[in-house]
Amino acid sequence: MTTALPTDRKTWRVDLGDMPPSVLVSAAWVSLMAVIALLADVVAPYDYQDMDLLGRLKPPVWMDGGTWAHPLGTDDLGRDVLSRIIESLRISLFVALLGTLIGAVLGTVIGFTAAHFRGWVDHVVMVLIDFQAALPFIILALAVLAFFGNSFVLFVLVMGVYGWERYARIVRGLALSASSHGYAVAVRTLGANPVRVYLRHILPNMGSAIIVNMTLNFPETILVETSLSFLGLGIQPPLTSLGNMVGFGRDYLLTAWWIAVLPSIVIFVTTLAFSLLGDWLRDRLDPTLRGT
Amino acid sequence: MTTLSVASKILRALITVFLLVSFVFVVLRLSGDPAIQMLGVDADPRALDAFRERWGLDRPIWDQYVSYLWNIFQGDFGHSFIGNRPATEVVAERLPKTLWLMGLTTIFTFGIGIPAGVYAALHRNTAVDRLTMGLTVASFSLPNFVVGIVLIMLFGVVLRVLPTAGSETWLHYILPVATMATADAAIFARFSRSAMLEVLSAPFMRTARAKGLLWTEAVRRHALPNASIPIVTVGGIYVGRQIAAATITENVFAWPGIGKLLVASVQNRDLAVVQCIVILVGVTMVVTNLLVDLAYGWLDPRTRSGESK
Amino acid sequence: MTPRTTRPDAPLLSVRDLRQSFRVSSGTVFGGRRSVRAVDGISFDVPRGRVLGIVGESGCGKSSVAKSILNIHTPTSGSIRFDGTDLATLDAAGWRALRQDIQYVFQDPLGALDPRMTVLGQVVEPLIIHGLGDAAERRARGGEMLEAVGLTGDMFCTFPHELSGGQRQRVVLARALVLKPRLLICDEPVSALDVSIQAQVIRLLEALKESLDLTIIFISHDLSLVRYVCDDIAVMYLGRIVEHGPTGTVFTRPRHPYTRALMSAIPVPEPDQDHETIILPGEPPSPFNPPPGCRFHPRCSLQEPMCRSTDADLEPMDAPAHAVACHVVHGRGTAA
Repeated sequence: MTTALPTDRKTWRVDLGDMPPSVLVSAAWVSLMAVIALLADVVAPYDYQDMDLLGRLKPPVWMDGGTWAHPLGTDDLGRDVLSRIIESLRISLFVALLGTLIGAVLGTVIGFTAAHFRGWVDHVVMVLIDFQAALPFIILALAVLAFFGNSFVLFVLVMGVYGWERYARIVRGLALSASSHGYAVAVRTLGANPVRVYLRHILPNMGSAIIVNMTLNFPETILVETSLSFLGLGIQPPLTSLGNMVGFGRDYLLTAWWIAVLPSIVIFVTTLAFSLLGDWLRDRLDPTLRGT
Repeated sequence: MTTLSVASKILRALITVFLLVSFVFVVLRLSGDPAIQMLGVDADPRALDAFRERWGLDRPIWDQYVSYLWNIFQGDFGHSFIGNRPATEVVAERLPKTLWLMGLTTIFTFGIGIPAGVYAALHRNTAVDRLTMGLTVASFSLPNFVVGIVLIMLFGVVLRVLPTAGSETWLHYILPVATMATADAAIFARFSRSAMLEVLSAPFMRTARAKGLLWTEAVRRHALPNASIPIVTVGGIYVGRQIAAATITENVFAWPGIGKLLVASVQNRDLAVVQCIVILVGVTMVVTNLLVDLAYGWLDPRTRSGESK
Repeated sequence: MTPRTTRPDAPLLSVRDLRQSFRVSSGTVFGGRRSVRAVDGISFDVPRGRVLGIVGESGCGKSSVAKSILNIHTPTSGSIRFDGTDLATLDAAGWRALRQDIQYVFQDPLGALDPRMTVLGQVVEPLIIHGLGDAAERRARGGEMLEAVGLTGDMFCTFPHELSGGQRQRVVLARALVLKPRLLICDEPVSALDVSIQAQVIRLLEALKESLDLTIIFISHDLSLVRYVCDDIAVMYLGRIVEHGPTGTVFTRPRHPYTRALMSAIPVPEPDQDHETIILPGEPPSPFNPPPGCRFHPRCSLQEPMCRSTDADLEPMDAPAHAVACHVVHGRGTAA
């Protein structure tokens, strides 16, 4: 990838009128999901753990036998599917958000460290990046979860590790090119210490690259989280994630397809909306990242 | 490419493999008593002692590390406590199923994806082009397990024409291969389309037309070979995606391959098998990346002579 | 400004036997590294209130001299004294304080400015770094400085990409001068600008030099510019100074064969005047592998056997303060 820094500040301004319809719809969907996740306790008609063993496997309202009491039906334990989707959405988005933030901070710090110290530190970081790229992330995650056992905190940390190498690579490249010439040297000759140079000058100038990478990383983190949860190795009951719901609902595809299919649709539409939004942001903010 | 740069690439690959093996050692040690990890909490105390002695767990840590490396080097990855067989044997037994799955998927991915991408590039902005592009965007957001669930719904539950679990007949191959190929064919279509577009707009294509070469001839002789270079470079990423996709897909369709074995071993904490699979996957990836790197140097004449970066 | 001067007659900057080598990686794991001697044993003084020009072709090491003085690259050996203080003895705090006294103006004004900071913000930043004044005072001082370099108030809140090249260089000048430095190092300050703009910026620099009592090192490949701006001139070739003297002397009576070739290449106002352009044979040798003896000898029309074996040092000529590094000019050469 090219390491040119974007120089046009005006690109930060986002004009709603410029958004193509697909991006507008995506933005609307993402906002809706965010609001639902935030207000989960208020919006959800039932507690997601409430069981009603007499009302098991009730179909959604539009099918024969469905009622407005459970608009999206109930699962094998008589729990309200709508409420479970809302709670799962909250957890999946929360884990993806935390994971993305941890990854961004981790990768950025490592990238700056490599660019600042260079020499053997830089070599070690590059070898680590190679190493990360050599192992499909889901295999790495499975190995760590196998060795250490699963807990919510560990799982979130593992999600945070996902994608660190891309931030590290971007930040290292931009910091190297920025600190070797131009304003970084200029500010240093004014007497500024390295921390000021990195935080006040180099970081704001690579901000758009990091933000773009975060918006692209976020839906991928959702996919990794839901995949691991689907395998039963991610979020553990009694907590629930969209992947969990699909995993447990798989056994009922013949009799109650909605338990697995409805959360699948939510996963698909939500990640699609985030990806479209991220692609559009990348093209707007940072054309140099295209194709990486 | 010089011998020197080939040698340095191989050296880097070896370092990565070494790091991987060491990483597994460190993680294994951090996670608790290896004897109990390997044999299980309820193992016979005499078996535990025998295990500790055999793996030298009473010796200093660096000594253990060296003998760990030596064992790995000799292909001894320890015993699976399910059936008490060598882990390598358990893994080797499942390997063919996964290779079949990935091989067939690759044939379909390339056979559908690349021609679709080239066609889309040659017929830019037509309905086929837009359909290909739309599908690729969607496929990035479709996890394998969702595709699998949808296919099971469609062909297993609604139409009831295809089996949805197991691997006994050739009919069993259809849904898993379709699940894995859908996403990757779309990605390859997108990639070969952009590679093709880039080559088509290159000056040498105009020259080829100008010197009177037929368009189809120019595409065949100049565009396709040049477009193949960037397609080869994503080979490493492709193998990585395939391994991840197989892990999920095998579990959706109860396919008795490495992926299902890995997930089952993680659930049972059968660490010898997990360790064996992780190292197998890592070495496969390193070798693939190395081959891609070397193939790239060989395919692109600009890097073939003189020093490559 | 409070003068920190200890001895008014002593030079402000004194460089002795400065060397600067870079190790350059050859790119492969086994390739090892090679060393380039960008600056190879040079000495010069910059008297207070004067302008020293350093000229030479690109790659001769003139920018490396500036970067050594500023400690952007730490010198390999040799000493640099600023107002009597040996810079090698400074700790981090000492360097921070010194940065107020020595300022640097870059060749590429757009690259030297932070694209995401307003013009006023850039000029105020040095004051923040050195903790001078409160927010209001800093803004006032920054504004004054911007007006002094000829920018109007409506530009204070613009961003670098909205300005013209000349305006950007004025911002860079204002940022360098807001700390009231005593030594200003200008590295090709106008070579990125249009010729008409160059003249404006140079006149501004001259005016500021008088009003702010500056001492200046002016690095350039443009001889007509250097002749106009500088009091003294040092000519560099492959990391060495080959001729050093007052501008008038060096321009009217250049002695080193390299200087004479350079001078003869300056366009003259009256083309019909008797004027011979000396064309140097060959290219400058690679700094990785400089020739033995006098570095200039492979391209020199005067070369003698001694030139091929023994390097020449700067030695005084009959004119005051004029020094030349050439065996032949000093009447040796055949001796070896």
